[in-house]
Amino acid sequence: MSTDALTKVPHPVPLAVRDLVKHFPVRSGLLQRQTGAVQAVDGVSFSIPRGTTLGLVGESGCGKSTVAKTVMKLLEPTSGVIILGGVDVTHLSPAAMWAHRRRIQTVFQDPYSSLNPRLTAGEIVGEPLANFAIATGSEQKDRVAALFKRVGLRPESTAKYVHEFSGGQRQRLGIAKALAVSPDVIVLDEPVSALDVSVQAQVLNLLIDLQDELGLTYLFISHDLAVVRHISHHVAVMYLGRIVEMTSKAQLFRGPRHPYTEALLAAAPVPDPARRRLQRVVLAGDVPSPAKPPSGCRFHTRCPLADAACKVTDPRLAEVALGHHAACLKRPAMAAV
Amino acid sequence: MSQVTAITAADEIEAPGPGWASRLARAIRRNPTIVAGGVLLVLLIGLAVAAPWISGDPFKQTPVNRLRPPSEKFWFGTDRYGRDVFARTLHGARISLTVGFAVAAISSVLGLLLGLLCGYFRRIDAVLMRVMDGLMAIPSILLAIALITLTRPGLAIVIVAIVIPEVPRIVRVVRSVVLAIKTQPYIESAISGGTRTTKLLARHVLPNAMAPLIVQATYVCASAMLTEAGLSFLGAGVPLEIPSWGNIIAQSRDFFQIAPWAIFIPGAFLAVTVLAVNMLGDGLRDRLDPRLARRL
Repeated sequence: MSTDALTKVPHPVPLAVRDLVKHFPVRSGLLQRQTGAVQAVDGVSFSIPRGTTLGLVGESGCGKSTVAKTVMKLLEPTSGVIILGGVDVTHLSPAAMWAHRRRIQTVFQDPYSSLNPRLTAGEIVGEPLANFAIATGSEQKDRVAALFKRVGLRPESTAKYVHEFSGGQRQRLGIAKALAVSPDVIVLDEPVSALDVSVQAQVLNLLIDLQDELGLTYLFISHDLAVVRHISHHVAVMYLGRIVEMTSKAQLFRGPRHPYTEALLAAAPVPDPARRRLQRVVLAGDVPSPAKPPSGCRFHTRCPLADAACKVTDPRLAEVALGHHAACLKRPAMAAV
Repeated sequence: MSQVTAITAADEIEAPGPGWASRLARAIRRNPTIVAGGVLLVLLIGLAVAAPWISGDPFKQTPVNRLRPPSEKFWFGTDRYGRDVFARTLHGARISLTVGFAVAAISSVLGLLLGLLCGYFRRIDAVLMRVMDGLMAIPSILLAIALITLTRPGLAIVIVAIVIPEVPRIVRVVRSVVLAIKTQPYIESAISGGTRTTKLLARHVLPNAMAPLIVQATYVCASAMLTEAGLSFLGAGVPLEIPSWGNIIAQSRDFFQIAPWAIFIPGAFLAVTVLAVNMLGDGLRDRLDPRLARRL
């Protein structure tokens, strides 16, 4: 393993992804020949500067979680490049990837099924420490207790089993496990969507505190715009396996440039009854199947602005304003006028 | 679903009762089949272990006392050579239970290993499962007859002959459970945390696959005892001079109308033993299944 890569100073861009593609083959017939592909992720690129959070939003089924699993190398990417702390890990074998897992950790969506029901909380959090021979015996116990304290759990609760914790506590447990190996990047795959709103805020604030304290870099995946707005520095909006708009949080919420983002923002509930929304974009129809994505712009079947050109030309993600990328044929033209 | 989990979890950690007696009463109320099957089985094991001390010589022939009905002296009567059926039945329990437990243990270990491999490694799966399908198609009686004609008859050969077709049954169960566990987020979570394959299988997959394995093992145990009795009855099992239940029944069938006790009593013991093991298995399945459904 490349120990030099692990001991180096943190890379300014701990996680970058270029043209990431993940297709799941569809097999049918007697010989199980491949007859198609579910294009779960189809050409996604982003890079996350150190100490910042990229929020990845989109409807369910748009490929957000597949991005997370592929970046974690839990799924083998079809093509593209994953660069972890300056090291290309795209095609590393599971054994070669092992050493790099210290740099990237993950917190899963479901705090019930992502923790082994037969292990105690202390065993779950201590396992990564043992895996990487970071700490053993009483030193490991101390580290685990310190991690428990850091995420707001009582250090005495290490002997409890997972089912004895509440949802929010379980998610704190998941965060403690992710922190155990002192990673640079944490992939947060809908970490709060299974929690109550009040608990969501506590967990989000814990994540923000940890980021400030440890300089962590987050890839934060969510379908909840309010949550993304709370924690992200940059936001990428995904639709049907592609990023359709990516910019800073402020710009995205102030002036979205892609019609899909506009629709998403319009659909988000406003927690102020006095503030009435004047115009409301309501999308018709369902998300098309990623096994048979539409021709041209993938959004044209539901887009209020779509015309003939949109059915033919596939728009690339282009800079529509400084630091603001959108993939829409209509919008750069409108910006130019 | 999370609500159900919470309720059962609270139920399980509820404060223990005032004493062992009330706790026992609650255990019986909750799992009557486990308790009934368990008690019967423990009783039978006790009889089998104590056989040399509590019964007479199962081989001693007293022609004067042949074909005697059950009496104070011969509780279960005597057979055609004047041998004590009580002594022979208790000694027969040793054979049956040995075969049952040995087959269950050996096929569980083999089945667990192969099932883990098949469930976790897809390449091994394709090849190994076809071999298992082949093994499953072999009738154990025919295999035993073939093996015994090739070698000397004996207990070990009988056990091997029964194990071979039973292994695939365990493999199938373990494999299907492992396939389900493999997709659990806690497996991905462990991999992300740097847990490597061997440890992953031992610490995360195996413990979660144990419950269905134990249930399946009890069924294998019961079916092995029946197969052994069948083999012995056909003369293809343990050597004739060993008093296994199948042998006792086979040797007494000519005198069925004169001395039915020599057939019915070992037959009843066989039926009760198999029933006890099956009850234990059924009870365990009912007890373990809701948790299984919760996890899988």
